[in-house]
Amino acid sequence: MFNDIVPNPNMTYNRFKSLLLNTKNLTRPFLIHPSVQMENPPLVIAAASVLKELCYKNKEELQAGFITAGWDRKNGPQVYVVSLGGMLISQPVTIGGSGSTYIYGYVDAKYKPNMSREECLQFATNALALAMGRDNVSGGVAHLVVITEKGVEHVVVPGDKLPKFHDE
Amino acid sequence: MAAPAAMIPYFGQQMSSKNDLVPDWTRQEVSTGTTIMAVEYDGGVVIGADSRTTTGAYIANRVTDKLTPIHDRIFCCRSGSAADTQAIADVVTYHLNVHSGVIELDEPPLVETAANLFRASCYRYREELTAGILVAGWGGVSFKKILNPVAVGGSGSTYIYGFMDSNYKPGLNKDQCLELTAAALSLAMERDGSSGGVVRLATISEEGVERRVILGNQLPKFSSH
Repeated sequence: MFNDIVPNPNMTYNRFKSLLLNTKNLTRPFLIHPSVQMENPPLVIAAASVLKELCYKNKEELQAGFITAGWDRKNGPQVYVVSLGGMLISQPVTIGGSGSTYIYGYVDAKYKPNMSREECLQFATNALALAMGRDNVSGGVAHLVVITEKGVEHVVVPGDKLPKFHDE
Repeated sequence: MAAPAAMIPYFGQQMSSKNDLVPDWTRQEVSTGTTIMAVEYDGGVVIGADSRTTTGAYIANRVTDKLTPIHDRIFCCRSGSAADTQAIADVVTYHLNVHSGVIELDEPPLVETAANLFRASCYRYREELTAGILVAGWGGVSFKKILNPVAVGGSGSTYIYGFMDSNYKPGLNKDQCLELTAAALSLAMERDGSSGGVVRLATISEEGVERRVILGNQLPKFSSH
């Protein structure tokens, strides 16, 4: 089971959907270093920007996209997406990877702003289960990470506990 | 469309393909990129399609009718090459008319017969054709078999597999099917560049065929983010 959710110091998590296996280790030095020198933990946008710089400057060599999500004191919870060419944007909700094409409709229909933690967890679990049901290269267990001011919680949903939908 | 088509052979011979005076889309085949859907309910079937036909990046027709009647109570939803699907539909319509006209039967042709006729053309000429066709209708009481209660097709269909898996359940009535089809098509049209325009729906049952159109501003809206 390859866990592709990677922590950065202090409550910023990066989800990798890339072909380059080395990207996991590249961002840590960039973010640990500033936080040694500054008192505050890094901003979420700082982490996202580091990834954006990597993707944008090396766009010829790399095929990598990232979703960076976290909490910081200045702006609260945030989600950033760095796409293949290195564009960085902030969105309330975003999906990526090969299985994401199958759940664009579901996410567009079911997402509403200001959901509670439980609603969000259920929404994410359902979306992942639907995608895993259709995409042949997605499957196994669902890893969920809940990031708040208080800290980080890792929730694992094994395959047999995933919601079942009416499919053939 | 007639004017540029007449100009193309003349210009094509004189100018190189990189020339800006002749846009790229004049050289592209006409395609119904599409999202199409069919949902069965007790007593009939609801079919739906978007209305966009493209040649490359140009929308050749923004109010296309992709729901083509094959027989009184049998329709097909067309996706893929516009020319290929129209040609195949014409062939199948001809065969079905021969089937019920010449060979006098008491009952209308079965939907499965129409589907088999489509399959015969699509399979035999599969190297030459680009066609994805859904066949739906109400045909005959003597032979009832659930081939597939729900089907989606076309380039936009990938985006709504998750939505359909979670929202469809067996036993929906006609109005629920119509709502589900309209919602699913709107979601797909929002995400797929080759699908768009209006939503065309048709309900096929024993009583007949009922068609309706949902215009762009009347489409169900979802949270935009």
